[in-house]
Amino acid sequence: MSKFLKNSELTFEKAKQIVDDTLQSCDDGELYLEDTKSETIILDDNKIKSSDYSTDIGYGFRAVTGEVVAYSHSNEISDKSLKNSSDNLKSSLKGKSGTYNTEIKNTNQKFYKDIDPVEEKSLKSKIDILNEINNYARSLDSSVKQVTANFLGEKKNIEILRSGGQLLNDERPLVRFNVSVMVEKNGRKETGIYGVGGRQSYDVYLENENWKKVCDEAFRIATTNLDSKPSPAGEMKVVLGPGWPAILIHEAVGHGLEGDFNRKKTSVFHDLVGKKVASEGVTIIDDGTLDNRRGSLNIDDEGTPTEKTVLIENGILKNFMQDRLNARLMNTKSTGNGRRESYKHIVMPRMRNTIMLNGNNTQEEMIKSVDKGIFAVSFGGGQVDITSGKFVFNCTEAYEITNGKIGSPLKGATLIGDGPSSLKEVLMVGNDMMLDPGIGTCGKAGQGVPVGVGQPSLLIDKMTVGGTQI
Amino acid sequence: MIKEDSYLKNLADICLTKSKKLGSSEASVLVMNSVSENVNIRNRKIDGSERSDNLGITLTTYIGKKKASISSSNLKEENIITLVKKCIDATKVTPEDEFNSLPDKDLHFKGAKDLKLFDETHLDNEKKINFIKAAEEKAFSNEKIVNTNGSAFSETKSNFILANSNGFMDGYKTSQFTAYCEVVSKSNGSMERDYEYTSKRYYDDLLKPEQIGLNAAKKAIDKLNPKKIKSDKFDIVFDKRISKNFLSNFASSISSSAIAKGTTFLKDKLNKNIFDNSINIIDKGNIIKGNGSRYFDSEGIMIKELELVKDGILMDYLIDTYNGKKINRQSNGRSSGTTNLYFENGKVPFEDLIKSGKKILFINETIGRGANIITGDYSVGASGMMIENGEFAYPVSEITIAGNFNEMFKNITLANDLEFNYSTNSPSMLITGITVGGK
Repeated sequence: MSKFLKNSELTFEKAKQIVDDTLQSCDDGELYLEDTKSETIILDDNKIKSSDYSTDIGYGFRAVTGEVVAYSHSNEISDKSLKNSSDNLKSSLKGKSGTYNTEIKNTNQKFYKDIDPVEEKSLKSKIDILNEINNYARSLDSSVKQVTANFLGEKKNIEILRSGGQLLNDERPLVRFNVSVMVEKNGRKETGIYGVGGRQSYDVYLENENWKKVCDEAFRIATTNLDSKPSPAGEMKVVLGPGWPAILIHEAVGHGLEGDFNRKKTSVFHDLVGKKVASEGVTIIDDGTLDNRRGSLNIDDEGTPTEKTVLIENGILKNFMQDRLNARLMNTKSTGNGRRESYKHIVMPRMRNTIMLNGNNTQEEMIKSVDKGIFAVSFGGGQVDITSGKFVFNCTEAYEITNGKIGSPLKGATLIGDGPSSLKEVLMVGNDMMLDPGIGTCGKAGQGVPVGVGQPSLLIDKMTVGGTQI
Repeated sequence: MIKEDSYLKNLADICLTKSKKLGSSEASVLVMNSVSENVNIRNRKIDGSERSDNLGITLTTYIGKKKASISSSNLKEENIITLVKKCIDATKVTPEDEFNSLPDKDLHFKGAKDLKLFDETHLDNEKKINFIKAAEEKAFSNEKIVNTNGSAFSETKSNFILANSNGFMDGYKTSQFTAYCEVVSKSNGSMERDYEYTSKRYYDDLLKPEQIGLNAAKKAIDKLNPKKIKSDKFDIVFDKRISKNFLSNFASSISSSAIAKGTTFLKDKLNKNIFDNSINIIDKGNIIKGNGSRYFDSEGIMIKELELVKDGILMDYLIDTYNGKKINRQSNGRSSGTTNLYFENGKVPFEDLIKSGKKILFINETIGRGANIITGDYSVGASGMMIENGEFAYPVSEITIAGNFNEMFKNITLANDLEFNYSTNSPSMLITGITVGGK
């Protein structure tokens, strides 16, 4: 029975009637209901700068026929509002007709607990911890001049009502905890940022003074950068560290393997299924089923159970990531990658946790093999142009490698490469696979969704490094 | 249709009254509604349509120097009352901050001439589709254009009321019409994309669809079969759509929040030379129909016109009430950031800039967010065109450009081609001696 419509002025029977009536001659569509509660508590410049609490409730009503998607959303969950949306959808799809798609498989899979991170801890206790964090981080060294720390917590409940009355739901907790430290020494300022998070209670990240490790890491990165020298510019070998640097995989190939770009033939990968797109030994999966991970979902935002999807196996392109619309138009099945930021947004194929699996090499071997290159340990933002395949990253922690040895830290290094060719330039795949700490948000067409990444250390034959030293 | 003032005012009033009753010493509330209609097409056929109706409140309550906020889209009266209570409870446990307060009453906006920010024109979906289809049709008239990444037309109407317990209550309607066309070109195995974009307060001021299609196609075709160049120092001419990003970076670097915390490379630079002395930067809130125009900022404070940089010298910061108190300055109405921010027009024609050297690199696209405002370091991926002896020679891609704003800002020469297409606007610019990473 619908939890959303239990106490609403819109009854389940009425909603079902409008949904059935609107979608009967469409290929697909649903009524998506969402109720989100979130909080942001920020400590900045020695003060609690903001303590914000937010609730958002609304529906998104979608009708799909052929390639055309009509969408209408509102905060007002009522007969009248839903009827208006229905009229709007019908007029958008006027003259088109389809056959409503089969039912979605029900699932009992659970990858996170049904907890409410916003309510389970009092605001007072969260403020106290932030103050403690501030004091601790400032006590690490006299060079620490600024500390920013924040808690972001969310509980999102969703319900999907399909034509015919099938009802699917999911309850999703999500938390994130970040610390940023600015240090100043001899007139030079640098920052270090570190964060952790996932679909579980704040306590997991705070217990046993775990938060100290987050502060220590932010401080370490900032201090390392104090000694950084200008980065070289030009083509060279690059060793990527394990874990978070896998956002390179996310940008370089992940987006290009999303179903929409391939159905529309605007991705460089659209005609390469079954072909070799990466070096031997490179296997990449997109997995929505990892316990408590930021990118995991029990069901996607169309109701399809998530799964572990093999994208590239030993260098060969196997599958794209699909939502229902693109899967139907490409004669395949949804892989449970249909996601949306909120009820205000349409569904698109999006990544979940995108991971490159282990190979046989050690990081030590990789570094030893490089005469001149860079070792990239952590990145800030990245971006990709799907059509040309070009992608870019800003290193937040990187070192030069000279004659097989790690040297000085480098500042302001950007890496630029070509998605399809860079995976063929992989010379060694490490045996030290790590998942990221749980901080990733992927942006596509103006929508942000939480994602995860992971990889072992990698040696890439050549990439262009953008620095100031030629 | 968007909600009228009376509806929004009533909700604002409920929030303020209830907050006071439950123990707040001061409060402010924003109630806003926006309705947006959007059509997407692809390959000259409809791909989707969206209608969104957003209603929301944001309430901030104070108890002395304690402060907390809530926001919600559930505007049923009983829910609002629960939320106000929750907000007051949160305020009570939040530590005091000596700088917390409502803005100075004397700075409240008190009325101004009509800036023409609202166009009532409504286009039904068919008209929107026809508009953007005409843009794609034009782009496809060139045989090298083989696909589209999607093109869209959107119409957004908004209304809001901002009120506080010091008696401020005002708001206004705005409209925004936007058309976007992104096409894919193909030739000799090379595939590239590019776009054209127009966004205006008034429908009639939009770029004509044919022009949108023509521009998008030309840009995508110009990029075909690019070369990668060797790492070197170059004099770079930045297209307007890139040069305006330097202004945005500059604006983040002079926000009073960054200044107060010392997290900007422009701290301690007030009244000092930071740009070439030919450079003037202005932020003007009252441009008629301006995309960035506003009557007052998010605290209700009137917007002064600011001459941020004069003859290369930094003259002012962007100041809100809270951070202003930290640096002992009065708010200048910038709690929502800049309004219409622009470089005053330069004196040199664009043609002269690209002829200023034997080999000039023209950059019209950058990717990545490579600006660090704490250090001023800048490093992004880029593509564009090599110019030899004033002639466009070949497209260039997969390169990086890097430098530091401290030096880059002093080496800027502006062209005289300023136009007001966005909220932040710049003429094309030449910056000499930038490191380019390539092969």
